[in-house]
Amino acid sequence: MGENHETTHSEEHHHQELGFWRTYVFSVDHKVIGIQYAVTGLSFLFFGFCLMLLMRWQLAYPGEPFPLIGKLLGDSRMPGGIMLPEFYNQLGAMHGTIMVFLGVVPLAVGGFGNFVLPLQIGAPDMAFPRLNMASYWSYFLGGVVMFLSFFVPGGAAQSGWTSYPPLSVIAESGQTVWLLGMVFLITSSLLGSVNFIVTVIQLRVEGLTFMRLPFFVWSQFVTAFLLLLAFPPLEAAAFMQLMDRVANTSFFMPAGLVVSGQLVEVSGGGSPLLWQHLFWFLAHPEVYVLILPALGIVAEVIANNTRKPLWGYKSMVYSVLFLAFMSFIVWAHHMFLTGMGTVMSAFFQTTTMIISIPSVVIITALLLSLWGGSIRFNTPMLFALAFLPMFGIGGLTGLPLGLAAADIHLHDTYYVIGHFHYVVAPGTIFALFAGIYYWYPKATGRKMSEFLGKLHFWPSLLFMNGIFLPMFIQGLAGVQRRLFDGGVSYAHAEPVLFLNKVMTHSAWGLAIAQLPFVINFFLSLKRGEKVGSNPWQATTIEWLAPSPPPHGNFANVPVAYRTPYEYSVPGQASDYHPQFEPDRRVAGPPDPGEPEAAPATA
Amino acid sequence: MSEAIPYTVDIRPDTGLNNVKLGMWLFLASEVMLFGALFAGYILLRVGSEDWPAGNSILNVPLATLNTIVLITSSVTMVMSWASLLRKSFDKYRLYMGATVLLVVVFLVIKTIEYSAKFDHHLYPSTSTFLAIYFTLTALHGLHVIGGMAVNAYLWGPGAKMWRSAPEQFTNRVEAAGLFWHFVDLVWIFLFPVLYLL
Repeated sequence: MGENHETTHSEEHHHQELGFWRTYVFSVDHKVIGIQYAVTGLSFLFFGFCLMLLMRWQLAYPGEPFPLIGKLLGDSRMPGGIMLPEFYNQLGAMHGTIMVFLGVVPLAVGGFGNFVLPLQIGAPDMAFPRLNMASYWSYFLGGVVMFLSFFVPGGAAQSGWTSYPPLSVIAESGQTVWLLGMVFLITSSLLGSVNFIVTVIQLRVEGLTFMRLPFFVWSQFVTAFLLLLAFPPLEAAAFMQLMDRVANTSFFMPAGLVVSGQLVEVSGGGSPLLWQHLFWFLAHPEVYVLILPALGIVAEVIANNTRKPLWGYKSMVYSVLFLAFMSFIVWAHHMFLTGMGTVMSAFFQTTTMIISIPSVVIITALLLSLWGGSIRFNTPMLFALAFLPMFGIGGLTGLPLGLAAADIHLHDTYYVIGHFHYVVAPGTIFALFAGIYYWYPKATGRKMSEFLGKLHFWPSLLFMNGIFLPMFIQGLAGVQRRLFDGGVSYAHAEPVLFLNKVMTHSAWGLAIAQLPFVINFFLSLKRGEKVGSNPWQATTIEWLAPSPPPHGNFANVPVAYRTPYEYSVPGQASDYHPQFEPDRRVAGPPDPGEPEAAPATA
Repeated sequence: MSEAIPYTVDIRPDTGLNNVKLGMWLFLASEVMLFGALFAGYILLRVGSEDWPAGNSILNVPLATLNTIVLITSSVTMVMSWASLLRKSFDKYRLYMGATVLLVVVFLVIKTIEYSAKFDHHLYPSTSTFLAIYFTLTALHGLHVIGGMAVNAYLWGPGAKMWRSAPEQFTNRVEAAGLFWHFVDLVWIFLFPVLYLL
């Protein structure tokens, strides 16, 4: 045994001398992987945003040549700088795919989850560091495959991000590449979600019971379950669609299908609806994958900057659990108009109304947390505060869509686009910005500039609403989504067509409003104000580690003595009482492990 | 030593699990959803079909029965190999794990014979929806079999060196591989009646 001990020791020594590649590229450290995820995710967000800018130009000025870069994109896409409908469809499908699967989720889950979650539970790393690395590189490969799909013959996927068959089955080869890319992304999220759940269950430090977990950890924990259980059905569906395309099977192809006047030669007997069921079985929980990490970030930032405990922490936790459970049985509210029948519609309409309850509980708890707080209006807090009404608009406009009768009018109109973009863009993405400003000091040891932060926030808030508010008006007027000309060819769209220009100019304004962020992000690496381990005077365990935390995170294994948000506890020397500090009250019960009731009465 | 990740080998007292086992159970939960979705697809396609063939009129039931027996036996030898490690009997472990890998090879050979017989009769995935779901389900299961075989072969061969340096961790690895293997076996137990008999 002694001999064996020596060999393992020498292996560990060898392990510590990591070169550049192992430290920054093929790293197994959760913080490096988190930053890799975040930077890659932000890059894809930018790329997806650029696709949207091209689309918005086409919608506001249909048929007019695109200025400056129009001719660079080639004759197969924009001959003479004028966009082809096929290219518009590619942009639409890939904008959705990239924003959801390559931008927001990797940043929210892969980035923030990887970086913050192990720190918040006092762990030295994720439970499976090498799986973690595999998860990032699988995501990266998926991203590369998706990006390259623009350059295959016929261009990228153009059947929408939902890839409904039969259209997607008879589409050009870009769709096959899309499916392969999805397989990589699903593998990545599977590896990641297993890792997250095991980490939370197994690596919590002593004293950190489930009801003492920061809400951010809860949100990531529940998100991981959604990813774990909802993605595999899409993987199955992706295999089936791949078979339909490559092996000429008919999983989703009905018999007697006629395309462009010609009978499609398939054995038939398949069901296009089957794809929709499998797709939305993933994609509705996916909506909560987009939202829950954002709620987690907002909860952290709000508790910290109101200097108050979260109002109704436990009801928020139970709501999040209930929300996750319900999210698996609402999927067919995306399919009210498929002819699946009124009984099915009634069922899914009921579950959809029920799922709005826990969301409202969480938002209400966050709103009430503001009550009576001495609020610090710093940049992360501004983004977190803006999240609440923006997400509120997104959520409330969803109710008419969840009612089968109202959905008949609103289905597939710009109203739907406005609804889910309010949830994800000024909702989730604002929360992600809040998270970046909030945890940047932890990752780099420097704060981002407050002035540039506010210069980023206010125009972004204005332009976000400039883009998405008019969509409700257009949608109510009956303008369909996915129209390549923005509705010019429809008489009923005429009165609201001018809004296309408002939205397009707002989109360009939003692009310019991101400049202060980009400058701030890079400039603060060198010029930002240097900070210690706890610049926000926060209470959760990640603020015990040095900024930036070294490999292994903590000098000594931390202990959690109390609930996560003990701000402004009466009788304390300062207005925050960190989870990781032993009791420092002069008078009062000496037991440090006392449950949360004690400080309130002290 | 704050860099070492806790509970990779030993059990966390309040959860009663080590990381590897919990991770494997979670992975299997996602696998249940993967195959569950395909089975759900099978049901939906079959219910919507007017002339769904009886499985035994197209597929070779005796061969599949033989394969079922082979797979179940391999699950037994897998358990025996793990049990041998618990009783510190490495030679027996080698024997049983070797048998497991061999049985998997037998399974794959039989599966190949079945597939090529179908192709000889010009029965392809594109021929009918029944054959499409048959080929998709069995091929996906086959990929899992190959993956399991690779892991088992590694644990039988080069991976077994770990028995000397970290016997407890090695035993955990074999147990985790065993969990996966039993799952692959279980999927077949569902596949066999659904595709061949019903």
